[in-house]
Amino acid sequence: MRLLVGTLLTLALAAVIGLGATYVSVTHGQGFGALTIGTWTAQPKSGTPEIDPYAKAALARLGRLPVALGDGVEFIARADDEGRPLDGRCNVELAGTTPAARYWTLTLYGLNGELVANSIERYGFTSQEILRRADGRFTITIAPRVSPGNWLPTGGVERYLLALRLYDTPVGVATKEGREVPMPSVTTRSCS
Amino acid sequence: MRWLLILLGGVMLGGIAHVTAIFVLPRTATQDAYARLAPIAPVNTVVALPLPGPDKAVMPFMDPAFATAVCRYDLSRGALKLVVPVSQAYTSVSFYTREDVAYYAINDRAAGRRAIELDLMTPAQHSEMPEDENITAADRLIVESPTTTGLIVIRALAPTPALMPAAQATIGAARCGRAEQAKAAD
Repeated sequence: MRLLVGTLLTLALAAVIGLGATYVSVTHGQGFGALTIGTWTAQPKSGTPEIDPYAKAALARLGRLPVALGDGVEFIARADDEGRPLDGRCNVELAGTTPAARYWTLTLYGLNGELVANSIERYGFTSQEILRRADGRFTITIAPRVSPGNWLPTGGVERYLLALRLYDTPVGVATKEGREVPMPSVTTRSCS
Repeated sequence: MRWLLILLGGVMLGGIAHVTAIFVLPRTATQDAYARLAPIAPVNTVVALPLPGPDKAVMPFMDPAFATAVCRYDLSRGALKLVVPVSQAYTSVSFYTREDVAYYAINDRAAGRRAIELDLMTPAQHSEMPEDENITAADRLIVESPTTTGLIVIRALAPTPALMPAAQATIGAARCGRAEQAKAAD
């Protein structure tokens, strides 16, 4: 009887630890070999055959395809530079420059990678659409209400994430460290 | 002592279960990208995907600035020939295994012509290619697929929404098909 209880307890503990760790790593995992610059994180290896098993499991669960490394690199931001989760009810400012790339796109997604409905059907910007200052720097206002300049509507969702994708870029291929790569800052200005 | 044994056993078995689950998950996921595309993408044909919208998207995290098409391939009956015309802005072709692992990608600039043209085959089919064909194929791009089946994703950027029809026309003109059939048609 003691042996049975002991075995059952061991198995129950194993199930909790095993499945719990799997769930957490698949839904929240950063993966190995992540390239983090400010609040932005990319996993260039996920676009190659050297993808780690955790990233592979996370992609399979989401049902998406990774951006192949020969195509581009995808940076994700879930929080502003101070670590505050991105909130669709706030005015968030994205400012600065982007790393060298032939083109880039910025897209706003819900947490499961779905586009967020809004009145003007704008889900993001490409590098060609952005209004820039004379020095090439730009500001994008991510806000629930109409805003002058480059306005990316949030649709008022509680949480969202930003994907900055660089296409035809040496980032992630040539720069192993990536510390010197300039990424735009993400700042929460005000909340309604 | 008994509790320690239970704890230790639990942690060790849990660790094994965790590692196993991580490795098995991609193989058993019923809603992975390949599974999502299989019902709408017939084998060895280019199929344009609808533009992603808030209510409907074939896959999550699709880039809405791109026109996208897929060719779900099966090399079991022979190599595949792929021709993708190049759009004004940026065109790329990415290759994924049956398990959605990206193993190769090429873009319009790397291809350096007005069209991206290549042959996709398994390593076995590549090694069976006649020697002389390999020589004449020097300027032909040959891509080896690690798996017999997989996905080719063809994407063309629309730098502004007004250019989306042109991007869609570009990927609409892409062709993938069995190499022998393509030759017979010449």
